[in-house]
Amino acid sequence: MQATDLTSSYFELFGLPVCFDIDTRALAERYRELQRVVHPDRFATAADAERRLSMQLATRVNEGFRTLKDPLARARYLLELKGVALDDADTRLDGGFLMQQMELRERMDAVKGSADAGQRLHELHGDIRQLERQLVDELATLFADGSPQALRQARDASRKLQFFHRLGEELAQLDDELAGS
Amino acid sequence: MALLQISEPGQTAAPHQHKLAAGIDLGTTNSLVATVRSGLAETLPDEHGKHLLPSVVRYRLGLPPVVGEAAKAALTEDPHNTISSVKRFMGRGLADICKGCSCAEYEFAESDSSVPRIRTVAGDISPVEASAEILKALKARAETTLGGELTGVVITVPAYFDDAQRQATKDAAQLAGLNVLRLLNEPTAAAVAYGLDRESEGVHVVYDLGGGTFDISILRLNRGVFEVMSTAGNTALGGDDFDRVIAQWLAEQAGLGEEISVRKMRALRAEACRAKEALSDVESVDVSVAIKDGEVWRGELNREQLNVLIDPLIQKTLSPCRRALRDAGVALEEIEDVVMVGGSTRMPRVRELVGEFFDCEVLTDIDPDKVVAVGAAIQADVLVGNKPDDEMLLLDVIPLSLGIETMGGLVEKVIPRNATIPCAKAQDFTTFKDGQTALAVHVVQGERELVSDCRSLARFELRGIPPMAAGAARIRVTFQVDADGLLSVTAREQASGVESSVQVKPSYGLSDREIEQMLRDSMAHAEEDVAARSLREMQVEAKRAIEAVESALAVDADLLSEEERAQLDAAVVALRAEAEGDDHVKIKQAIEALNAASDDFAARRMDAGIKAAMAGHKLEEFT
Repeated sequence: MQATDLTSSYFELFGLPVCFDIDTRALAERYRELQRVVHPDRFATAADAERRLSMQLATRVNEGFRTLKDPLARARYLLELKGVALDDADTRLDGGFLMQQMELRERMDAVKGSADAGQRLHELHGDIRQLERQLVDELATLFADGSPQALRQARDASRKLQFFHRLGEELAQLDDELAGS
Repeated sequence: MALLQISEPGQTAAPHQHKLAAGIDLGTTNSLVATVRSGLAETLPDEHGKHLLPSVVRYRLGLPPVVGEAAKAALTEDPHNTISSVKRFMGRGLADICKGCSCAEYEFAESDSSVPRIRTVAGDISPVEASAEILKALKARAETTLGGELTGVVITVPAYFDDAQRQATKDAAQLAGLNVLRLLNEPTAAAVAYGLDRESEGVHVVYDLGGGTFDISILRLNRGVFEVMSTAGNTALGGDDFDRVIAQWLAEQAGLGEEISVRKMRALRAEACRAKEALSDVESVDVSVAIKDGEVWRGELNREQLNVLIDPLIQKTLSPCRRALRDAGVALEEIEDVVMVGGSTRMPRVRELVGEFFDCEVLTDIDPDKVVAVGAAIQADVLVGNKPDDEMLLLDVIPLSLGIETMGGLVEKVIPRNATIPCAKAQDFTTFKDGQTALAVHVVQGERELVSDCRSLARFELRGIPPMAAGAARIRVTFQVDADGLLSVTAREQASGVESSVQVKPSYGLSDREIEQMLRDSMAHAEEDVAARSLREMQVEAKRAIEAVESALAVDADLLSEEERAQLDAAVVALRAEAEGDDHVKIKQAIEALNAASDDFAARRMDAGIKAAMAGHKLEEFT
């Protein structure tokens, strides 16, 4: 494998097996090892050709690390590698999940203006983290299975994870607003 | 057979010859320059033994500008021609400056440029030019002390500086004739100076409250790698604001009315600053304010009253702290310690409240004024190649999200804040009308949803799109943020392969043309020949390019076939010959030819390096 080949997968780049359940410690270690070699700081006085290449590679190593370390990004990337279409416009999900989302959103709306906003926010955050962890475990099982049906289910699970991700972002914004007031 | 290389005496640097490099802390209130000598990083004093150079520039009629103590002494007496805290204006438009309520101090010139200019007796001065004067003074100090020309410098910027502010800083360095190796974030520089990597792995916080800016960075340290996890801050909050609230209190106590002249305000600020600094060591201090006709108000300011005045400002620094913690995904218990940086962290109240907030030890052993410059010097020494075996590596982040304007004045995020740099993102655009041949893109920076709430960085137009049906064109725009945190944009029409021209018009920056004009103007003053300077710069560039290739060959020549080696050597010989001449265009062409000839070599070296780094893992996996 040529590391300068920009078409290789991130798994190859980091020398990791192509799977969802990766060794995050090894990932972080290899990330640092790769950056030690390719980072622009290593080429501050090098020729232009090397400086350009270094920036491209360091960018790719950063992008690869960002993708592989985050379960949602990793799941989406794996699905893409396995040729499972991720149509973001298609948002059909089971009714039970949508009900759960609505409940969580109602709880979020109720945080604002309540006397114990900080405490409520903290609890909501904890609950969301818990639900996210369940989805990540589910994804690990589905990717390990690897059958076409399991991959389709993995796609749905990653969509659900995306919902939680957005919820998490909104929660963070709410936290900022509360701190600002 | 490969060509035998014989270099002219004094032309080629020996592989490990020590190169002169410096770290520069271009501060709001004071600036410093530091370097590594005999393995020790230290700030350099001026001829009077003073390390801090006040960041003040005084412009005079028909005379060169004065920088530092002498300029600072004239702040009250010649307020309109003496510029202080110019860092606050860097990369800012006039509207921003007025929002910060400091525009009343200066007279701003009417101009069609997006960059505000301060009217002085020596002409209209942009913040970039004033900063360049400070940098020139530091450059001269370093070169006199070290006895030679600087190969390169690392200049520090607040971590929370946006793209326009960073670009302005780099422009100032260019005007000052400095080769910038890297723009380094101030908190990261401080972490380096503390040598945290060697002593303690784990998560550390750097709290940097300077004269005009506030930064908070959270770093994870691991065997020489400084990985910034998140950063937050406020580029318009610092010691100046503390002085301002104290000055207001003084004005109220002394019974001064609403109308206070610029001169009187400067005097009030100076008294406020003196009182503030004194209260770091004593419980109470006498203060006085000249009212009118020799009449003087006298009073006392104690710590208790001071705390009442400044607590709201310190509180203002704590919400970025909370956000940085959250973005880093770090719990308070994980934090080992907090490094205190910036003159304002001398105040006991700041130390107290920050220690309480993070609930851990507050580190203050290194002079908070010098720590950033020292860290920058260490980094400069590594970057310039004086420590080839050093393990240190800094992985920094972009402080604010980058986005583009979409329909309805909304922002679509392209690169999220706290992404590790360098980073890039490609985004596809299409045309809206049949036969459309141009497309306008507006790049903004910030976290808010509305374009009007974010900072406008640049507008550019893609032209030369082949006429197609609406929606048929696929224009891929790539946003690249480099290791200095600076953005560049390229665009390409995918279907036809037409490379669209990108014309970036910085919203609050100087255009290349303006910078060139400034260079010309400054040379006209110095009676330096423009052509001579271009030639000299190109010769330095040529020398650098040859050195870079030669040091690569010294290590990895075996990666090349004899034929390839001969080609590369020929390009070096050709460049060396051109560099002897006096045609800077020909030298430039020869540099480009050498670059082209070394493209493959660069790729192979990189591959070899990566393979070596990953070798151990491959084995363990496949056996």
